[in-house]
Amino acid sequence: MNAPFDWIALAEFALIGVFSGGLLALIALGFVLIYKGTGVINFAMGEFMMLGAYFFYTSHVMWKLPMWLSLALTLAAVAAVAALIERAILRPLAGQPVISILMATIGLASALHGVVDAVWGGNNYEMPPLLPRKAFTFGEILIPGQVVWSFILAALIITAFTLYFRYSRTGIAMRAAASDPMTAYVLGIDVRRTQRLTWMFAGVVGAVAGIVVGSMTSLSPALGGAALGVLAVIILGGLDSIAGAIVAGLIIGVIESLTAGYLGGKVRDIVPYVTVLLILLVKPYGLFGTRQIERL
Amino acid sequence: MSEARTAGPAALAVENIEVVYHHTVQVLRGLSLTVPTGQIVALLGSNGAGKTTTLKAISGLLPMEVGAIRGGQIHYQGERINDVAPHLLARRGIGHVREGRHVFEDLTVDENLIAAGSALIGRNIKPEPELIYEYFPRLKERRSQVAGYLSGGEQQMLAIGRALLGKPSLMLLDEPSLGLAPLVVEQIFEIIARINREQGVSMLLVEQNAMAAFGIAQYGYIMESGKVVIDGPTDKLVKDPDVQRFYLGYGEKSDALASFRDVKHYKRRKRWLS
Ligand SMILES: Nc1ncnc2c1ncn2[C@@H]1O[C@H](COP(=O)(O)OP(=O)(O)O)[C@@H](O)[C@H]1O
Ligand SMILES: [Mg+2]
Repeated sequence: MNAPFDWIALAEFALIGVFSGGLLALIALGFVLIYKGTGVINFAMGEFMMLGAYFFYTSHVMWKLPMWLSLALTLAAVAAVAALIERAILRPLAGQPVISILMATIGLASALHGVVDAVWGGNNYEMPPLLPRKAFTFGEILIPGQVVWSFILAALIITAFTLYFRYSRTGIAMRAAASDPMTAYVLGIDVRRTQRLTWMFAGVVGAVAGIVVGSMTSLSPALGGAALGVLAVIILGGLDSIAGAIVAGLIIGVIESLTAGYLGGKVRDIVPYVTVLLILLVKPYGLFGTRQIERL
Repeated sequence: MSEARTAGPAALAVENIEVVYHHTVQVLRGLSLTVPTGQIVALLGSNGAGKTTTLKAISGLLPMEVGAIRGGQIHYQGERINDVAPHLLARRGIGHVREGRHVFEDLTVDENLIAAGSALIGRNIKPEPELIYEYFPRLKERRSQVAGYLSGGEQQMLAIGRALLGKPSLMLLDEPSLGLAPLVVEQIFEIIARINREQGVSMLLVEQNAMAAFGIAQYGYIMESGKVVIDGPTDKLVKDPDVQRFYLGYGEKSDALASFRDVKHYKRRKRWLS
């Protein structure tokens, strides 16, 4: 009576999940950078994405500037905003109770949201598709081109950051400053500069993710909420691990894709969190986390 | 003080500094000391006397712990440095080896040294990790290992090596013997003395191990409750009966824990009795 189980569909959902996990991992990287570098959980990560998408739309679609120029301008602008936020909000709060800092980033998120609403309004904008749409076929499995390309882009960016932190002197100094700021200071590292740089990097990562997400869906202030979906990823991966962000991104990607495919859209938002809760019961600091999450 | 100690600008001159934490807790009360160029000067004192605070005041770390210099002056090579940020002091040649080693545990030995190269920014000097590995061959064997897995002695070597990589003129060493076996302490102190001789680095050496410190230092200060209570050339200090009794561990064991105030007390009593 029952139709035979559709293995192809399962494989397709799973693969789409893996590929869309790349973008989740990229957004998670933004959180991990700031948490590792400055000990702050930045709840305004989604707003960095939003700003990136809106800046890019303004420059590329409204002002009709070339794509690469628009991209460069957007990344520079969001990095500048991130640096400003670090200087004006986070640095004065250094040493304050964790809860104050947390509230500050949440407040920052809604402030940025308000700015976007005031400047661009609550309308939906159509972004031009940036990534090639031609689907990839693996045998009978069909994966949308944008999903695959977003994965490749995310992988490239994450790889670039990993190499930067491993091999460049500033990257190594940033890791040193992140693990022990006082010692970094007495070794000649300008810790304020490395912290500012950390925020700027996270801003760039968020902006790229925002542009990609915006171009794959559409542009509205709801985009800022996309990063909150990534909370499951960073909780699972452990806030201080890039490797954790990658693995957790892929896992959550697959879970989301499977639940969306079999159970429908509404459940999709809940299942990742339930899964994460179950995993945390076994591994309280996430899959790769090393430190206790003191700041939350 | 002898002539040699006052001629020319000293590597370091601390004059009468008062240090307060959190706007209320006063830890240093008019502390003064001098490190003549090229010398090793020992700073001794029991736990909580304010030795580490003194080093933090010099290397600019106090603001990071809500501490401040309330009064007095600190001069490095003749220039006032009371309010200079720590990374700038490092780049001007002050190398602070913090108490408890503080290696970057997730970084390899090599990466620890690369990070320390930041002290050379703006000085047109190339980092010389090979020089560090000459002084500490053990580190060279472990150069690609993560520092968290080094032994305590090796971590202390890395901490010293890291500061040395920044080509300091003045090194502040905070209890390099802490928690190490006597044999390792001996090795490390030998290398510290060599660095002083061969690289011409002036040193302020904070220690609880007075014997080890006096072995390589030319001059010594003993502090208590935030100020210096006795100072002199180490060859004189080691012969001082009070220093022997209370800091070099001669006499009854429990005496080593007594404070210098008790020494005065004890002297007075001795006078009354005789
Ligand atoms: N960050 C700080 N905040 C408040 N008090 C401090 C701080 N650091 C040290 N102290 C206090 O200052 C005194 C001297 O400490 P310290 O300089 O570490 O002494 P030592 O190195 O000689 O053992 C101690 O009583 C200690 O409790
Ligand atoms: Mg101390």
